[in-house]
Amino acid sequence: MAVAERVPVVEMRNIDVAFGGVHAVRDVSMDLHAGEVIGLVGGNGAGKSTLMRVLSGAHPSDGGQILIDGKVVSIKNPRDAKAHNLETIYQTLALADNISAPGNLFLGREKTTRLGSLDDSSMESETRKIMGRLNPNFKNFAQPVKSLSGGQRQAVAIARAVYFNARILIMDEPTAALGPAETAQVRQLVRQLKEEGIGIFLISHDIHDVFDLSDRISVMYHGRVVDTMAKADVTPDDVLGMIILGKKPGEVTEEEKEAIELRG
Amino acid sequence: MANVADAAQAPGQTQAQPPARASVRTLFAQTEIDLRLFGMLVALAVILLTFNVLSDGKLIQPTNMVTMAVQAAGIAIIATGMVLVIVSRNIDLSVGSLVGLIAMSYALLMTDWFPRVFGIGPDVPFQWVLALALGIGIGAGFGAIQGFIIAYVGVPSFIVTLGGLLSIRGLVWYQSQGAAVVGLDPTFQLFGGGALGSVGELITYLLAALGAIAIVALLYNSRRQRRRYGFPVRPMWAEVLLGVLGCLAVLGLAWFANNNFWPQGLANQYAQDRGITPPPGGLQIPAGFPFPIVLLIGVTLVMSFIANRRRFGRYVYAYGGNPDAAELAGINTKWTILKTYVLMGILCALAAAIAAARLNGATLDIGASYELYVIAAAVVGGTSFAGGIGTIPGAVLGAFVMQSLAYGLSFLGVNSPGKNVVAGLVLILAVGLDTLNRRRGS
Repeated sequence: MAVAERVPVVEMRNIDVAFGGVHAVRDVSMDLHAGEVIGLVGGNGAGKSTLMRVLSGAHPSDGGQILIDGKVVSIKNPRDAKAHNLETIYQTLALADNISAPGNLFLGREKTTRLGSLDDSSMESETRKIMGRLNPNFKNFAQPVKSLSGGQRQAVAIARAVYFNARILIMDEPTAALGPAETAQVRQLVRQLKEEGIGIFLISHDIHDVFDLSDRISVMYHGRVVDTMAKADVTPDDVLGMIILGKKPGEVTEEEKEAIELRG
Repeated sequence: MANVADAAQAPGQTQAQPPARASVRTLFAQTEIDLRLFGMLVALAVILLTFNVLSDGKLIQPTNMVTMAVQAAGIAIIATGMVLVIVSRNIDLSVGSLVGLIAMSYALLMTDWFPRVFGIGPDVPFQWVLALALGIGIGAGFGAIQGFIIAYVGVPSFIVTLGGLLSIRGLVWYQSQGAAVVGLDPTFQLFGGGALGSVGELITYLLAALGAIAIVALLYNSRRQRRRYGFPVRPMWAEVLLGVLGCLAVLGLAWFANNNFWPQGLANQYAQDRGITPPPGGLQIPAGFPFPIVLLIGVTLVMSFIANRRRFGRYVYAYGGNPDAAELAGINTKWTILKTYVLMGILCALAAAIAAARLNGATLDIGASYELYVIAAAVVGGTSFAGGIGTIPGAVLGAFVMQSLAYGLSFLGVNSPGKNVVAGLVLILAVGLDTLNRRRGS
């Protein structure tokens, strides 16, 4: 593949995370190229979200390295991650409910006037522009985001990640709380961002989402990466088997296969 | 609340609708007046008018209202900071003790430390500035220590400031070895208000005129700004109404304060000193706004600006709304929390100046139970312990509501324990109504 020859935009090497005695992430290595979507799948507690929290600076790692554009970087907090144009859309959306959409979009990166005061008009104007692209029905710019619908809140969270020229985007279950129309919108957006050359980690429970959008698929099981494969090389059933059993397709026994089919 | 919220965002659309369809509610929403604040103003008016009737019209007179306002000023000043502390899901129980420590420091500085230790005699001018600066430094220092333990060490604020309440009050005893200290610098005493501690007729009207101009300028500027970006604006009648009401309120308050005259004895003394022959009814010298009220107005404006127009304020509210979101947005949340306590310390120093000046000194229990009145003012003013909700003007109004009750009751001859009973019940009632209102809204 042509992408493999270039320097990956992000590379994680031997990442370890332990909560007390429990290893949430063990010796995980992973890379992501510009314009690539990696689908990150695994059961509950497999370590996907923890791994991504390390990358976005929300959680410290207990070992390993992170490289951006081939250079080792130190990401100690979300500010560091954002400084590398690494943006995250959290499953919880991480919105301050009592603040308006423009306030949330620019939270931590407010536009200010020359005297250092908040330039709310300018922030509202920018928010109107980007929401016009992402969600043209969005009209509520003054009320706290608490009063918005799930889809609108999601749009604010996405707008926040996209507005600041992300090069690397982590999307944690971006469609989990959405209806069919909004899910289609998010999928379309992922394709568009990929076209623009943004590298995307997509965490999802929805195998169809993952197969629809990803270039490669990484399966995690009990804190380890089972395997990372090009989408063309696997079937959804293979991936499901890996998620449940934590083994590569070749290593699965006949009895285990039957067990999966019974569950499926 | 939901209906109001929907209506409040609609002015751009409703403009085109025929006015016949606009109900009172939508008309009200178009002015974008904060309903909660408006409700509190109404409550304050109802309380004052009720006590006025009960006291045969004796309560609402300039002298009484000015006295009441001065009594509320210290609590209101600290309450503006307590809003930010409670909004960011913390509490500060140490404010009363800190007021005591700083007030005692002012008294000792001006009676003992300045002349004895620093060789600054009572004839040296501007020693009130030096004293105030040191007081602000003490407040900020204690605030920073408590804030550091809360934000960086992670001890709950209730515990840290409860410890502060006990130990700082203990320090007050060590400052003066248990004695009350009397005799402040005459200029410093102006912080306490009274006839001499008021700005006078001319400056009162000048301040009011300045305020009126500022209201019109702010309304105009905000409208121009929104027009420039093509945002929906209030209908013109609402802008004019707000401007006129705002200007009338400011000028009315100035006129009212100028109807508070110097006490006759003081006025006669003044006349005698200047060799003026007083007219038959005695010399009528308007006092105007007392200094503590001017200070309170200044603090309210600055704190509102910090809360609404500065990053720090935005971060305090964001943290209160969702601490995780604030952290993930890259906000330095620990530093933000620490700063709220530094701000509290500074506000305590200002309130301590008023308290010490009113007493012309300091006693061991000066500022005692301020924390309770301050928290009550913030909460009655609409600040929620759930975090993320509360306004500075609301807390100031809350302080006035509580003070008007206390003042009104004592005007009717109710004693201190009786006032406490009423104040406690009103606190519960106010928050109870608010809770019901919010529940119905969501």
